[in-house]
Amino acid sequence: MKEQEIRGLIGRVKQGAMSRRDFVQRMLAVGLTAPLATTMLAHNGIAHAQTSFDYTPTKAGGGGTVKLLQWQPASQLNPHFAVGSADQHAIYLFYEPLASWDEEGNLTPILAEELPSVENGGVSQDGTSVTWKLKRGVTWHDGTPFTADDCLFTAEFASDPETLAYTMGTYRDVTFEKIDDHTIRLVFKTPRPFWPDAFVGTRGLILPKHLYQDYRGARAKDAPMNLRPVGTGPFIITNFVPGDLISAKANPNYHVPNRPYFDAIEMKGGGDAASAARAVLQTGEYDFAWNLSVEDEILDSMGASGQGEVRLIAGANIEHMQLNTTDPWTEVDGERASVTTQHPVFKDKAVRDALALLVDRAAIAEFIYGRSGEATGNFINTPDRFTSKNTSWEFDIDKANGLLDAAGWVRGRDGIREKDGVKLSLVFQSPTAGQRQKTQTVVKQACEEAGIAMELKVVAPGIFFSADPGNSDTFGHFYCDIQMYTSPMREPDPGLFMQQFLSSEVSAKANNWQLRNVTRWRNAEFDELEAAASVEMDPVKRAAMFIRMNDLIVEDVVVIPLIYRKVAAGLRTGLKAPLSTWTSYLWRVSDWHYDA
Amino acid sequence: MAGPSHQTTLTVADEPRAPTSWQRFRKHRMAVVGTVVLGLLVALVLLGPLIWNVPIDKIDFRARLAMPSAAHPLGTDDLGQDLLARLLYGGRVSLAVGFAAMLVAVVIGTLVGAVAGMSRGPLDAFLMWLTDLFLALPTLPLLLLIIYLFRDALKGLVGPEVGVFVLIIAVVGGLRWMPVARLVRAQFLTIREREFVEAARALGASRLRQVVLHILPNALGPVIVAGTISVAEAIIAESTLSFLGLGFPPDTPTWGRILFDAKDFLSIAPHWALFPGLAIFLTVLSINFIGDGLRDALDPRKVR
Repeated sequence: MKEQEIRGLIGRVKQGAMSRRDFVQRMLAVGLTAPLATTMLAHNGIAHAQTSFDYTPTKAGGGGTVKLLQWQPASQLNPHFAVGSADQHAIYLFYEPLASWDEEGNLTPILAEELPSVENGGVSQDGTSVTWKLKRGVTWHDGTPFTADDCLFTAEFASDPETLAYTMGTYRDVTFEKIDDHTIRLVFKTPRPFWPDAFVGTRGLILPKHLYQDYRGARAKDAPMNLRPVGTGPFIITNFVPGDLISAKANPNYHVPNRPYFDAIEMKGGGDAASAARAVLQTGEYDFAWNLSVEDEILDSMGASGQGEVRLIAGANIEHMQLNTTDPWTEVDGERASVTTQHPVFKDKAVRDALALLVDRAAIAEFIYGRSGEATGNFINTPDRFTSKNTSWEFDIDKANGLLDAAGWVRGRDGIREKDGVKLSLVFQSPTAGQRQKTQTVVKQACEEAGIAMELKVVAPGIFFSADPGNSDTFGHFYCDIQMYTSPMREPDPGLFMQQFLSSEVSAKANNWQLRNVTRWRNAEFDELEAAASVEMDPVKRAAMFIRMNDLIVEDVVVIPLIYRKVAAGLRTGLKAPLSTWTSYLWRVSDWHYDA
Repeated sequence: MAGPSHQTTLTVADEPRAPTSWQRFRKHRMAVVGTVVLGLLVALVLLGPLIWNVPIDKIDFRARLAMPSAAHPLGTDDLGQDLLARLLYGGRVSLAVGFAAMLVAVVIGTLVGAVAGMSRGPLDAFLMWLTDLFLALPTLPLLLLIIYLFRDALKGLVGPEVGVFVLIIAVVGGLRWMPVARLVRAQFLTIREREFVEAARALGASRLRQVVLHILPNALGPVIVAGTISVAEAIIAESTLSFLGLGFPPDTPTWGRILFDAKDFLSIAPHWALFPGLAIFLTVLSINFIGDGLRDALDPRKVR
């Protein structure tokens, strides 16, 4: 999709010929994020919509204890050390940002009085500064008032290299100015195309200056508040057992009237997705469970008892296969998959194209992922394909066979193709998860019919996703031909996500395999586009660049997108909860309630 | 069945007629039933795939989670793969792993237990420390380490499948010898003080002779029972390893693996878990009965 087409769509939204929601859906379909889509609209004068959510309770309290099951438990409660999503979710019980993203990617003020925009003068025309007005009358759990100083302190805390905060990048190249006690201004060195980053969403939670000021830099890890947070949020911590349980009681002085409805909250960790689903849907022991990646039939059979229901929340999680561009089986200078090598088989584009044809996405989506997944090839999108969701990928074993025949891969006596003495035999790894192993099996079988031998390998998720430089089974090493996992596009802006295909980000021994380009694909056009997109102020031009970058990746079969996954949550019947995948699902836990 | 026993009684005509081990084993009815069942299972997994030649990995989404029928006598799993074919194939792997790992555990355990039980003093203490150490070791990190260190080397040496097989047997057996060692040591401590051992010692029997001829046969009973239990443990442990991505590839349908895959579907497709569960149950039960029978048959005290 080109820039003009996006402009055309924005024009239609302006005229009312197209709904905001449809626009966001279309942007998602071309691999962008909902927050980016709504930012595009905002830049063109179409304000962020406020999602309607009926909050019926007329007073705070009276809801009793609400019991949550987050089977991946939180291990600490400082938002700026929360590398894992488990911590990032739980922390929203206590801390709040200035604004956060709702389910459809609309920016919603929380600790801000109003959203900055070009119209109200909050965002400067040239994109180099943003002014936030803070809400008045907000207090920390200990009674101290919340002011601009807390925001400035948070920025200072996170940007200090000695703190080792994972949010450092968000706060590093920005100057923060205090205008008065309830107004702050952010000044960027270069125009910032996607400005809702600092103080917004998961990376934007604000810390209390009066408590954290003694714990700067290297001392930050020792702060007692990392385990007993004092925030502005709707709940006050009463007990925290890392890796197991969080208990909290309602904040009586919460800054939004009549909230929260629940008197106390309990968040339990442990178990797995299936047991969590059972606890909400079948036995009704819990009110809510997050991330139920369980087969459809199981959810259905559990839901039959009517205790609870499953809700699917869209995000930008793409389950995809990655193809190694380097040779994982030859060691060069103490590392395998060195950038100086070429993959013995995948260097032939015909093999990559054939492989893409051998993935039966329709069957995988329908029979393995069910409701929670949609087949997608929609990383790739050219204008003529834009209207159709299903033309951009196909499953055709005969065609794959034809491609391989034409490219000179001949079947040997054992039925496996070979060319110039190289056998078409691949190792395919993925982290352990029932649905993934089934997908692997389906792919393997189609490949065997096309004369490609495939060995399946599974790696425990704890190892696969770890950053351990000593373990060659991590996705960062990628000592394997093919690997498959879900890239959660948790950042609302695809800029960061796209960096995983930059030449400068190639994961290798020299950087302890910490960089993000694990396929080691290198493409000059992509690099140029990325550089241009990082400074492009016009969000529409920028979006078009991202789409072109997506096309490059998929056309060259560096990745094979499989399933566009939704996150399944289990809610006890009657529980009303606004959720989101662009930030913590607890981003508006203050509004959770049961209808009277 | 009566043939061989007939002959033995003929050759030892002068001596008082103590029943031979085989005769005593035969009298243990459950042991005989166990032998027959286990023999059947082994024959099935060895010969079955030759007769029931449905491919083990043929995916058929139309027949997913099908109940047992003529086309699929044991039904199908959620990819529509034929369960009978998978069970027969997987049984070879599971039984081989179970028996081999049991042998490793029993041999190491007996060796350590016997040495500890016979040597008074520092060696005994050291070996028991070692046993305690192994019992206290967190198994999982150790497994990860071992597999990480040796998988690729072994794969290069003997090929991927055999490599994984050897590794699993070593790992599962190598971490399950401790209960056997403790049992053997305890047995040795009591038996070596018995009169008949003292008598042998007084007659000048060497240590080795005391152990092999007098103590070990008397200590064998509990060892055999512990061994039979460890067969079952090994079959299940293998499935844990597969789950962690350390065992056989995920598409190798070992019994443990099938059972593991099926567990979440218990309420909608009970047959899926039932048959592999039944197979493991029957195997373990038969081995246990056989162990029982063997213990009675081999117990020297019963020879009088």
